[in-house]
Amino acid sequence: MKLIDANIPSNWRGPYTLFKKELLRFWRVAFQTVASPVLTALLYLLIFSHVLADHVQVYKGVPYTAFLVPGLIMMSLLQNSFANSSSSLIQSKVMGNVVFILLTPLTYLQFFSAFLAASVIRGLFVGLSIYFVSIWFVDIPLTHPLWIFTFALLGSALLGTFGIIAGIWADKFDQMAAFQNFVIMPLTFLSGVFYSIHSLPPFWQIVSKFNPFFYMIDGFRYGFFGQGDVSPWISLIVVMAFLIALAWVCLKMLKSGYKLRG
Amino acid sequence: MKTPAIQIHDVHKQFGQLNALNGIDLTIEQGEFFALLGPNGAGKSTLINIMAGLLKPTVGHVRIMGHDVIESYQQARMSLGVVPQELVFDPFFNVREMLRFQAGYFGRGPENDAWVDEVIEGLGLTDKAHTNMRKLSGGMKRRALIAQALAHRPPVIVLDEPTAGVDVELRQMLWSFIKQLNREGHTIILTTHYLEEAEALCERVAMMKQGKIVALDTTANLLKSHAGKNLRLTLKGGQLPPALLPMLKHGELGVFTLALSDLKEIEFALAELRKANVDIEDMQLIEVDLEDVFMSLVGGL
Repeated sequence: MKLIDANIPSNWRGPYTLFKKELLRFWRVAFQTVASPVLTALLYLLIFSHVLADHVQVYKGVPYTAFLVPGLIMMSLLQNSFANSSSSLIQSKVMGNVVFILLTPLTYLQFFSAFLAASVIRGLFVGLSIYFVSIWFVDIPLTHPLWIFTFALLGSALLGTFGIIAGIWADKFDQMAAFQNFVIMPLTFLSGVFYSIHSLPPFWQIVSKFNPFFYMIDGFRYGFFGQGDVSPWISLIVVMAFLIALAWVCLKMLKSGYKLRG
Repeated sequence: MKTPAIQIHDVHKQFGQLNALNGIDLTIEQGEFFALLGPNGAGKSTLINIMAGLLKPTVGHVRIMGHDVIESYQQARMSLGVVPQELVFDPFFNVREMLRFQAGYFGRGPENDAWVDEVIEGLGLTDKAHTNMRKLSGGMKRRALIAQALAHRPPVIVLDEPTAGVDVELRQMLWSFIKQLNREGHTIILTTHYLEEAEALCERVAMMKQGKIVALDTTANLLKSHAGKNLRLTLKGGQLPPALLPMLKHGELGVFTLALSDLKEIEFALAELRKANVDIEDMQLIEVDLEDVFMSLVGGL
């Protein structure tokens, strides 16, 4: 056998392989990672629309069921983007197979990009699936498609990054579950998925404005109806700022080898 | 002159108050079959993890094929294949997929598939190539781990106790495969608890104790430096006369091994046995092996 030299034959193949592996990882369990969140969102839609459709009108001329759909899409998109990177990393760490990635010449930036891209794809795929299932039941306008795509992309990237941070930080499944249930879940549910913040008392309206999830959902919803609780430009700035800040923290962690390399 | 496969210069590693490595200096030439021996906690795995980039040395430098593991980590890792001690695996994929992914992380694409198939065949994994990793037996998982370390065709291969918990047949098969890799030019560094393996396979040995190298020489020189013979006696009645106790190295179930510094001591031993009226069932004169050297250098911890 001829021995190889130490030059890396291709710079893009390494991160592309990791990205492909991460995609296949969630696709192999698509019932759990795609079908299940779609079904959950559909159940939310059926129950809430049944209970509240005749009692609540959040935006003028927009039925509550239609109002609900973008919120549910974004909620599932965010949760699944987070789940993709965080669960992959915590599983690899607990099972020990993360060593197969750490032994490779992949740079910290390539590591980040591959995990992030796979999270974004899963988030967008789940979101799109919920949209296509929902339009069988509800008429939903697409007033500003570019805003819809922008917030879907930024939201999934933000939560994918958050998932990498959580996956690196957590040492056991229990810590990850705590992160998911005590941070991600409350921030999502209290962000205006099911309501407009204008329906809240003034104090909680102010509190909501400190929640970055609110801006992701409000900006995304603006893309559908052309109306929202705040300007989409403000939402864009807030979401971008959070994404940059989290990406910076995440890259710092990866570069230093925090909890991955001793 | 060829670049050494591994150069370790004054490496220290500290974990809090614990000095896991205390100034390791070691050079391993290309094509060597090298053994790193030592009791648990001696620092072997820490040293391997530093070579692999999983740990950073507190002080010192490590180069793989001339590439610094920190400054030129990509080239260093390209040159190194590590077989971890634990049976770790990814439960989502089958053997062939895992190997192709592993090669892909190193930038190797479809042009490398023939090599992956060669490794699969060489390690007797052909029947299991499409089997999910979690469905493999322990022995098969061990083979798959070795295959993963080889997937990107590294010139230097580190095997951290690769035969721990492996049956005799598989052990023989693994060693014949690894010997073949060594013949083809790969540098092999192995840690093992089976000292007879190191003695049979490795040209050079480093013995570690408490984070230091306490012996570094060719296997032949180490054995020569501890020249001497052992007398193994199987006694009826199972009692060794007290006069022979200072020579006793090991004894159980009526079989006693006595260390001889001189062959004349055989006469003394036999005389003492006669005096004590102890009958001899069997008697063997044995050469010193690596285990004796190991015990005299790192034993008595």
